[in-house]
Amino acid sequence: MAPVDFRTAPDRYRHWKLDVDGDIATLTMSVEPFGGLRGDDYELKLNSYDLGVDIELADAIDRLRFEHPAVRACVVTGGLDRVFCAGANINMLSTSSHAFKVNFCKYTNETRVGIEDASASSNVRFLAALNGTASGGGYELALACDRILLVDDRNSAVSFPELPLLGVLPGTGGLTRIVDKRLIRPDLCDLFSTLAEGIKGKRAVQWNLVDAIAPLSKWDDAVAGEARALADGLEDRSGTQGIALTPLEYTDDGASRSYRHSELRIEDSGRVAHLTITLPAEAGTQDAAAAHAAGADFWLLALCRELDNALNHLRLNLPAVGLVLVRVVGDAKVAATCDDVLRTEASDPHHWFTNEVGHYLKRALKKIENTAKSFYALADEGTAFAGPFLELALACDRQYVLNDSEAPVHLGVGDASAGAYPMSNGLTRLATRFLADPSQVDAVLAARTNGAGGLVDAEEADELGLATSAPDEIDWDDEVRLAIEERQAYSPDGLTGMEQNLRFPGPETLETKIFGRLTAWQNWIFQRPNAVGERGALKCYGTPQAPEFNYDRT
Amino acid sequence: MGSIDYSQRIPNNVDLKSDKRLQRALEAWQPAYLEWWKESGPTDFNENDVYLRTAVSVEPDGWAHYDYVKMPDYRWGIFLTDKGAGDTIGFGDHFGEEPWQQVPGEYRNWLRRLVVTQADTEPASVEQQRLLGHTAPSLYDMRNLFQVNVEEGRHLWAMVYILHRYFGKDGREEADELLERSSGNPDHPRILQTFNEPCEHWLSFLCFTMFTDRDGKFQLLSLAESGFDPLARTCKFMLTEEAHHMFVGQTGVGRVIQRTCEVLKEGKDPRAEGVVPPDIIQKYINFWASSSTDLFGSEISSNASNFFRAGLKGRAFESKQTDHLATEGHYVLPIVEGGRMSNQEVPMRNAMNEVLRDAYIADNQKGIDYWNRVIEKFDLDWRVSLPHRAFNRNVGVYAGFHFDPEGNLVDDATWNAKSSEWLPTREDSDYVKSLMKPCLEPGKIANWIAPPAKGINGQSEDYEYVKL
Repeated sequence: MAPVDFRTAPDRYRHWKLDVDGDIATLTMSVEPFGGLRGDDYELKLNSYDLGVDIELADAIDRLRFEHPAVRACVVTGGLDRVFCAGANINMLSTSSHAFKVNFCKYTNETRVGIEDASASSNVRFLAALNGTASGGGYELALACDRILLVDDRNSAVSFPELPLLGVLPGTGGLTRIVDKRLIRPDLCDLFSTLAEGIKGKRAVQWNLVDAIAPLSKWDDAVAGEARALADGLEDRSGTQGIALTPLEYTDDGASRSYRHSELRIEDSGRVAHLTITLPAEAGTQDAAAAHAAGADFWLLALCRELDNALNHLRLNLPAVGLVLVRVVGDAKVAATCDDVLRTEASDPHHWFTNEVGHYLKRALKKIENTAKSFYALADEGTAFAGPFLELALACDRQYVLNDSEAPVHLGVGDASAGAYPMSNGLTRLATRFLADPSQVDAVLAARTNGAGGLVDAEEADELGLATSAPDEIDWDDEVRLAIEERQAYSPDGLTGMEQNLRFPGPETLETKIFGRLTAWQNWIFQRPNAVGERGALKCYGTPQAPEFNYDRT
Repeated sequence: MGSIDYSQRIPNNVDLKSDKRLQRALEAWQPAYLEWWKESGPTDFNENDVYLRTAVSVEPDGWAHYDYVKMPDYRWGIFLTDKGAGDTIGFGDHFGEEPWQQVPGEYRNWLRRLVVTQADTEPASVEQQRLLGHTAPSLYDMRNLFQVNVEEGRHLWAMVYILHRYFGKDGREEADELLERSSGNPDHPRILQTFNEPCEHWLSFLCFTMFTDRDGKFQLLSLAESGFDPLARTCKFMLTEEAHHMFVGQTGVGRVIQRTCEVLKEGKDPRAEGVVPPDIIQKYINFWASSSTDLFGSEISSNASNFFRAGLKGRAFESKQTDHLATEGHYVLPIVEGGRMSNQEVPMRNAMNEVLRDAYIADNQKGIDYWNRVIEKFDLDWRVSLPHRAFNRNVGVYAGFHFDPEGNLVDDATWNAKSSEWLPTREDSDYVKSLMKPCLEPGKIANWIAPPAKGINGQSEDYEYVKL
């Protein structure tokens, strides 16, 4: 399969249509049956989706946030007669590698969490207008929206047919959201999740599977009314000017992908990648109006888009890469203050823009923690892990800080670490790091007023608990080399499992449950003979053969 | 409503009088059913005596008991054909096993879906045809219409029996919803689109009974093979009635053709004489045949494969097949690829809809041949034909493409230019409707249709089939 290109734009969408009318947007799904990423390999019937379809959805959500800030309600609906969406395409899944399936699910999960993030952070609410049956991933998409309206034609239902038909799970957040978001009784959820045909009409409302139903003849009015009510509940931002998310540009020669502010370079072994961010020489504008005017060229926004693209590229196109070495190159003083411009007052007319950039950065950082690769932050000569980039370092599995008096390295503590970029467990990275002793968090944050703009040298960083290891110049090369070589030798599965268990201590949230518990179980099932064996349910689906299960519980 | 004298009120051979649970369910459902009939059936004729056939038992003489009856008093019975001794499941992965007398848990959803989809078509046609009585071309035809209507009603009963008896609470809810959906209703339409198409005049009705009821026949044939024994036996009995509906369509369209031939033979213009011209007859054949061809579903279907392998829905006349497992071999399906036709090999089980459609199309062709023999007798040179299966399709691999009635792929421009020559237009429909003057004197017949060859149950030409 050709490398997946994650860039798209509304004028190139094949499966979605984004219409904006005043403060209401409508996202209409009409999947092109033979428009799948693998061409004719599978047919995307009944609005079923593959990664290509979801790349467009993710793009549309980003564009809503940046290009259409005046939109207060977004209607997500189906463009086919009596069909909303049938979920992920089964033939696509059953003919995909395990790694692809896992990363496909991760991507779609991030898109749906992204919808919820937009709702929580961006003055926009989402209405799932289910014009027909929403099954599996189709209903999961609806569950990511704030409200769900289902057509009542005595036929259309919401359903999770995964277990009864496929022997797998509604693994795109579905099982988590019915109990943890919509708070439906677990016994009813159990019944619902084993009912291939799903539940329709009044009972769907009674069980809180949907918020409301509307008959066909009143459908358009009901959708418009619901959307209007959602919009009117939010601040009026009419007149707000969006920015254009111009195409993300890079050059890629196979060994390295070069963006404007960063580079992803793959070592010859194919196993190790270097992700290097190059800071501008000066922090640039501290004026929100100027940042807004720069739009997609505002360097922090550009960098977020680059990081997002690089991480997707790593996950889907570079499966052999197991270790990513992260560096931020430049002046630590520039790094330390570079996101101050994002902290505008809510009353600032450009607040919406700086707010969006901040949330994008938050999502990019989370994306690192949700990537099944090892990450080392290498703070060696010339690096500048300060301000938001200290968060980048803390998002990595380990932090190596060079302690060399000849070539002093500084980390920097800023407001970025005090709550601007929470992890998916709801905590800051510092709070997550120092669960045993919150006073250590205070000690680190106190550095903000140390008279040096929050900059701390290697020794101080080590004392504050910010360095996994702070070798001096004599030990550095060997220690880092050993750590890299050792990491490459371990079982990649074991590493992924270990990292995913260590990265999210502390409380559970909807997100951690989706990316941790639900995903882990789904990935386990995806590997089991009962799903993917010769007579596994996923393999047999759509073929003349019935699945044969090994009924032993594990 | 008081308790029901079951053997009288609901003729049955399912021991209704000793099944309390079923009684309770049917007692609750029957008033809603009668209400539905009064609102959505041939409303204006509820008070008239109609010479109807009622099934009172499954004995050879029991399924065709003729008498005058007011339609709301029709005894909608519940009959299963007798169990065959030593029957086994005839196809799929359970081939050779004992048929199920209860719904197997693992197939509950699929079975219910099959039953509900079939059941939903039965009341739909009654709704589609509810006003046709007013424009009947004769009492004979009016009586046939009502016979078809009450039997579709009985088929609904038969399916509701299955839902009530075997599917518990869910089944009862589905049975209720069968009466809540209705044909063409903007809010709660019938499940399959053909059953939401308006049936505006008698030519459509006759084509409907020819082509759409024939879909019903083949669906029933395939369900009559089911490993779920009560469903199989119910469907077998329904088939005896369905045969009459096709008789109505086949002879009815034949009589329309005959009348047109009479006018043509005299060298007169059909329109001037107030009969249906050949091109309009052909267009209605094209429309109803293609719309009904959609009812068999997608050519390549996981559901069809599942239903077959699970032993729930077989092929028509499964016993005449040699390979009842169908795990090997392929169906060669012509598909559109890159703007031209090419063949795709589909695993046989996944092609079961198409296998059934093949049998249906062959059966339709026999009807077409019969009509052409009518024309041949007049020594005229026009012929009617069955449109190609790819013509005017909205479901399956040909949907979204345009084909002419011969099955040639054509572009949008050709389709737009020619479709009014292939499918009925508003003008065609208006013309046919203009012919629909009621003719309700015993023994009289409307000008646009020839009289029947013989009466119902051997009755004379001027028998008063409906007392108006």
